[in-house]
Amino acid sequence: MDILAFLVDGLLIGFVYGLAAMGLTLIWGVMNVINLAHGPIIALGMFGVYLTFSSFGLHPYLALILVAVAGLLFGMLVYGVAISRVIDAPHLSSLLATFAVNMIIIGLATAQFSTTPRNVDISLGSLSIGPVTVLGTRVVAAVGAMLTTGALYLFLYRTRQGRYIRAVSNNRSAAELMGVPSSRILALSFGIGTMLAAVSGGLIATFFPFTVLSGGTYELKSFVIGVLGGLGNPIGALAGGLVLGMLEGVIPFFTSTAFVPVIEFVLFVVILLVRPQGLFGAKQ
Amino acid sequence: MKTWRKHLGLVVSLGFVLLLALYPIVTGRDINRETTFTILMSIALASSLNILLGYSGYVSFGHVVFFGLGGYVGMYFLSVHGWPLWSALLAGGLASGILAFLLGKAILRLRGAYFALATIGINEAMKAFINNFQPFGGPIGMSLNFSVYNDYGGAAKALWLTFYILVAVTLITVTVSYLVRTSRFGLGLLAIREDEDAAEIMGVVAPNTKTWAYVLSAVFPGIIGALFFFKNINIEPGPAFRLHVSIEMIVMVMLGGQGTVLGPLLGASGYQAMRGYLLTSPVFKDIQLAIAGSLLLIIVLFVPAGVVGWVRNRFPATRRVLQ
Amino acid sequence: MILQVDHISKNFGGLQALNDVTFDLPEGQILGLIGPNGAGKTTLFNVVNGVYPASAGNVSFRGEDVTHNKTYEMAHAGLARTHQIVRPLNELSVIDNVMVGACFGRHSHGLGEARKIAGEVLNFVSLGDRAEQLAGSLNVGQKKRLELARALASQPYLLFLDEVLAGLNPSEIAGMVDIVKQIRERDITIIMIEHVMHAVMNVSDRIIVLDYGRLIAEGTPEEIANNPKVIEAYLGDPKLAESLMSEEA
Repeated sequence: MDILAFLVDGLLIGFVYGLAAMGLTLIWGVMNVINLAHGPIIALGMFGVYLTFSSFGLHPYLALILVAVAGLLFGMLVYGVAISRVIDAPHLSSLLATFAVNMIIIGLATAQFSTTPRNVDISLGSLSIGPVTVLGTRVVAAVGAMLTTGALYLFLYRTRQGRYIRAVSNNRSAAELMGVPSSRILALSFGIGTMLAAVSGGLIATFFPFTVLSGGTYELKSFVIGVLGGLGNPIGALAGGLVLGMLEGVIPFFTSTAFVPVIEFVLFVVILLVRPQGLFGAKQ
Repeated sequence: MKTWRKHLGLVVSLGFVLLLALYPIVTGRDINRETTFTILMSIALASSLNILLGYSGYVSFGHVVFFGLGGYVGMYFLSVHGWPLWSALLAGGLASGILAFLLGKAILRLRGAYFALATIGINEAMKAFINNFQPFGGPIGMSLNFSVYNDYGGAAKALWLTFYILVAVTLITVTVSYLVRTSRFGLGLLAIREDEDAAEIMGVVAPNTKTWAYVLSAVFPGIIGALFFFKNINIEPGPAFRLHVSIEMIVMVMLGGQGTVLGPLLGASGYQAMRGYLLTSPVFKDIQLAIAGSLLLIIVLFVPAGVVGWVRNRFPATRRVLQ
Repeated sequence: MILQVDHISKNFGGLQALNDVTFDLPEGQILGLIGPNGAGKTTLFNVVNGVYPASAGNVSFRGEDVTHNKTYEMAHAGLARTHQIVRPLNELSVIDNVMVGACFGRHSHGLGEARKIAGEVLNFVSLGDRAEQLAGSLNVGQKKRLELARALASQPYLLFLDEVLAGLNPSEIAGMVDIVKQIRERDITIIMIEHVMHAVMNVSDRIIVLDYGRLIAEGTPEEIANNPKVIEAYLGDPKLAESLMSEEA
């Protein structure tokens, strides 16, 4: 019976992991860039919610909207400054450029906030669904992740900008030939990717304590999920997130919790070797 | 005289290392030795990484795993089995070489960013694994009994000994880097870097060539790791496998100029000098990482060939000297 | 027979790129390989070369079955090729580029020997004075000659030329055709994919024609030029074929 509770809990968290991974995989899919600043941006999302809550008393779930907008704008800024110049350069250049942004954010954030753990103190009590009891915050986070996914889907498939993004993702030069303003679309895509990361950070902040450096763990999870689901495949990322969440919930039953990261990374490397397109197929 | 001139690039590089090494030897002061130790270590690490990154173009983001593994294996034989330093160092290097050989067979099949991610995965997996590996001390790590230093004439003498060993290892690493670059093997690596498929069509056996480059690039960090943690007395999973160390290695290689022998030397020295300045300056101390990041960004965006690469491109006459 | 291609087929998922292609190639011949765009000519090179595995069929090179060989194994066996879109090693010098061919080709030469061979081959293709230039800085015509030099430096028995005349102006074409003839004089067998019709018709001893992955015709240049299937596949207009054949080389 216990295992079911852990499974459900893992599933709920998995939605949020999936959301984070979607940000990473979207950027990868659209412009073949692996955003190594993903982690710090998640942390910024966490801090965004924390600061607006502790300084202005704004309810975290409302703060998420602010965080989302800020994440979007920040991403577009980062794209313009750091990424746009190296988008067609060899992969190493964009990897290093995004890692440089990572270092800058961590450096400044550590100086500003130090590494003391923070906490967003809200509690929504618990919910009982049948034999399983889950925390309210987890449920809301999962729902938030699902809503955001739904919004993303609607955006990509029902709006003009979304269609442009899909076109650029598919074949940038062809899209340009058809009049799609690719650099603006790339900036928008990057911004959406960082927005998803920031929002997922904000959601995580509502149920786990965090520090400036916490983003790193979730970044690594996002890599694993992204590869699991197939890089460039947002639905795959969500599915991969659920898989990872459940694995994390269930593994401590069979072996020490400490082995969770080992298993995650071995899984990561194995997938890269055996099925690099992931379980659900990567974008080609 | 003729050989000296033919290998001017090597002479310049070795001379640079020797000059650095002479400074603390001449002044005899411990603080200079410590600073130079850090610089030489960076030079050797950057040069080793360059054998893979600069020559073959494969970016190992998790290269610190070899440093950490070498450290752990070395410390294990030193503390648990009481081996002499030399054997422990060689064991560290050998362990890293073997890991690189096995890993290489598996992950060198991946290209570009996938390879980079896989190396990060390996490092994190190794760190997590050793964290749970009791023979290596688990999360507490291992420590040397201070009396170990008595075998080397006491703590002070031991520290100078490690310094001399590091100088030797650095000289060897730089020489190997040069020999690779100017060899037939190195030509194959460079061809792989430029266009791996075309290189294979021309007959370069890419899988083996890459694997040996990976092994060579791993052995020296293994030895250096063992040496560093011998000096440090203490090893723990976190510090041994710090991802940022690998990234700093990449920054140093790129700053100086990847694919050249002298580049990593200048890049490492420059980076350490900058870091030293930032850490001691009250203004910049806290944002040292941010400044390093900004530096990296500027290099990547505007000077991707690094200092040495830029000079070589701008002044072709310098190519013989700045190898 | 230096090369025997035996019922080779290649499909990529649903696309049948090569369909039951069979032909023999005697030593010392220049074989022209023509066909409309997308006929599978480069794919044929890629399959024989080892870039793609064949879906069916066998390839024999100098009496040995090389169907499952990797590309570097083919290079060691004595097969070299140029590419339709040139692939210079941009950050290496011209002579370093050619030395790669010499070091890793049919013989494993050391650097010194390779440099000598490279120097000689560069002079042969008239790039000798550009030996120390970066490959990336050459113009298209020079890059094509570099690609050719690199292939020659590996001392192949058989040379695949993939549209080596594309993008060249008439005088460059004449120069390249001359080089091709001189290569044959060095006892190197050649297969050349070409669209520059007058050149390939005049240089080839024999021609094979691919269309939609199938071998539709085989014969001397004259036979091919008058072959109705070929004309239909390529041009749809017999008069155009006639006028092309009569163009000066």
